[in-house]
Amino acid sequence: MAGEKEVETTGVLGWVDHRFPLTSTIKAHLSEYYAPKNFNFWYFFGSLAMLVLVLQIVTGIFLVMHYKPDAAHAFDSVEYIMREVPGGWFVRYMHSTGASMFFVVVYLHMTRALIYGSYRKPRELVWIFGVGIFLCLMAEAFFGYLLPWGQMSYWGAQVIVNLFAAIPFIGPELAIWIRGDYVVSDATLNRFFAFHVIAIPLVLVGLVAAHIVALHEVGSNNPDGIDIKAKKDKYGRPLDGIPFHPYYTVHDIVGVAGFFIIFMAIVFFAPEMGGFFLEFNNFIPADPLKTPAHIAPVWYFTPFYSMLRATTDDFTWILAGASVIAAITMFFKTKGILKIIVPVVLLLVAVSLRLIDAKFWGVVAMGGAVVLLFFLPWLDYSPVRSIRYRPGWHKWLYGIFFANFLILGYLGTQPPSDVFNLMSQIGTVIYLAFFFLMPVWSRMGEFKPLPDRVVFTPH
Amino acid sequence: MSQDTTVKQDEEGSAPLNLPPDPSRRFWIGTTCVVGGAAGAALALPFANSFAPSEKAKAAGAPVEVDISAIAPGGMRTVEWRGKPVWIVRRTPEQLASLSKVNGELADPNSLRPGYTPPYAQNEWRSREPELWVGVAICTHLGCSPTPKLETGAQPSLPNDWEGGSLCPCHGSTFDMAGRVFKNKPAPDNLEVPPYQYVSDTRILIGVDENNPA
Repeated sequence: MAGEKEVETTGVLGWVDHRFPLTSTIKAHLSEYYAPKNFNFWYFFGSLAMLVLVLQIVTGIFLVMHYKPDAAHAFDSVEYIMREVPGGWFVRYMHSTGASMFFVVVYLHMTRALIYGSYRKPRELVWIFGVGIFLCLMAEAFFGYLLPWGQMSYWGAQVIVNLFAAIPFIGPELAIWIRGDYVVSDATLNRFFAFHVIAIPLVLVGLVAAHIVALHEVGSNNPDGIDIKAKKDKYGRPLDGIPFHPYYTVHDIVGVAGFFIIFMAIVFFAPEMGGFFLEFNNFIPADPLKTPAHIAPVWYFTPFYSMLRATTDDFTWILAGASVIAAITMFFKTKGILKIIVPVVLLLVAVSLRLIDAKFWGVVAMGGAVVLLFFLPWLDYSPVRSIRYRPGWHKWLYGIFFANFLILGYLGTQPPSDVFNLMSQIGTVIYLAFFFLMPVWSRMGEFKPLPDRVVFTPH
Repeated sequence: MSQDTTVKQDEEGSAPLNLPPDPSRRFWIGTTCVVGGAAGAALALPFANSFAPSEKAKAAGAPVEVDISAIAPGGMRTVEWRGKPVWIVRRTPEQLASLSKVNGELADPNSLRPGYTPPYAQNEWRSREPELWVGVAICTHLGCSPTPKLETGAQPSLPNDWEGGSLCPCHGSTFDMAGRVFKNKPAPDNLEVPPYQYVSDTRILIGVDENNPA
């Protein structure tokens, strides 16, 4: 037949390939997608995140078959799943453990990107889609946490929805619009259910697809942070690249096995993880008249939650001072029209930091801490990508940053106190300074020479 | 005039690869995009509108009548009004005396910030009658319900010279015996005093006052 495309395959596969790009897609993304051969264990977490996503979708579908999104029945239906549905406890514990493990895996995946400079040109879009996925995950976790309709579900949602009420002028109306009622109620539960089971997952899956397409367009980074496409063999394949399938598919199966050992150990022996994965107060049905004596978000939100709590009226003086210093520096350092615009904007920020309630700035600090990540590719000016070739003190800076993030996370789980509040304020300053001062410190120091080829020792 | 009649085609009937934009169509393409885009954006309105509180939710805000005769001095009662907890506290003379002691440590001791205190409660007790305080127990920070801390003296998360009041367990805001917020805490405002009025010496009606008919 005229006009039919040329394909190499025959038989059934040939029939399909005539009508659908099956073989060419498999080649482009698996068997002829060349990944650097020096991946280490840090590179497990991308595929593990995909695995957990599938696990969450599958267990989620089965939970929806028994769950009732109704304020009068939600708590009981979760207990029904736990006690009466055959194997229901297993599906639910996989789902609740999966939520926490999703964040474990994604935080490690992001750490990898940070230390090896995987967000640097030309991978900015890979990174931006990734931060988008992180935001979706946070939304997904938040909406999902309301569904069991326990005390923590209820008051956690109350606090987070009220974050929007802090926005000047439109805030209170906006919070009512989000809840669909004057307090968190059945209307809120129903819409959160819709977001959790369909709206956010659709966006999430779309972003994951975009993340992978963008990655495969530019190729993976590696622990040395050097470009493997610079050196190719006579067939045009990178000398330091190996096909993703079978090399990394098999490699990742090892990661999957290791992951499942830990995952199932938690599911079977410690599904509540000492109150970190499932909080004790959430085994009490929601009571709109009584906030539990100690409420804290689930562990994966606590670093950001600490920053929210740290922003008191006094603390806005420090932030305003920092804005003024930044304005003066930018006035002397930048050229052209930016010389005026940037300092003026920074001074306006400094003034409004003192004019608008600290409550609003707490919300800005918490949201800004996540949004800052989007700009990371344009904050890092170091001449090398990977931490391996950076000056020794850069490693200390990253060490302080990660330790600080963990400390903020710990503080967020604790009841408020003066000492912890001061520590959270110091931690917030360290977190913000790490990113805002990155254009300055990232180019300072003695960088080590980059190798020609990736560092790799065959076993 | 449209380009179709003016474009030169070669002998096989193919048009040249690079056609210049056709001005007569550009205008209508632009117009269609603007009108269609506006219609599409307008379509979002009914969806956004469906998020607002339903008629049922709006109707649920009926006033609540409470018998206050059983509340002993130093005691309190919690009732539900519009889904929110409302505290009714009968303060002792010592507790009333503590109000003027803490004035210097408060963010808004005279309740001057708008929106949280009706005019009849803008006094040193923040209530119609000195003894009986009525307030919505929802923290003005992020909406948790504070825990009553009526005992005086040092306690966890509270200062050593604590005079009695309440503590929000979420972010540590503290309030005095009139629901006034202490300085340098996350909550910007005093606890809300709801509209209320006395229907007799022993009964009050929450949700109704001279400015808010039932």
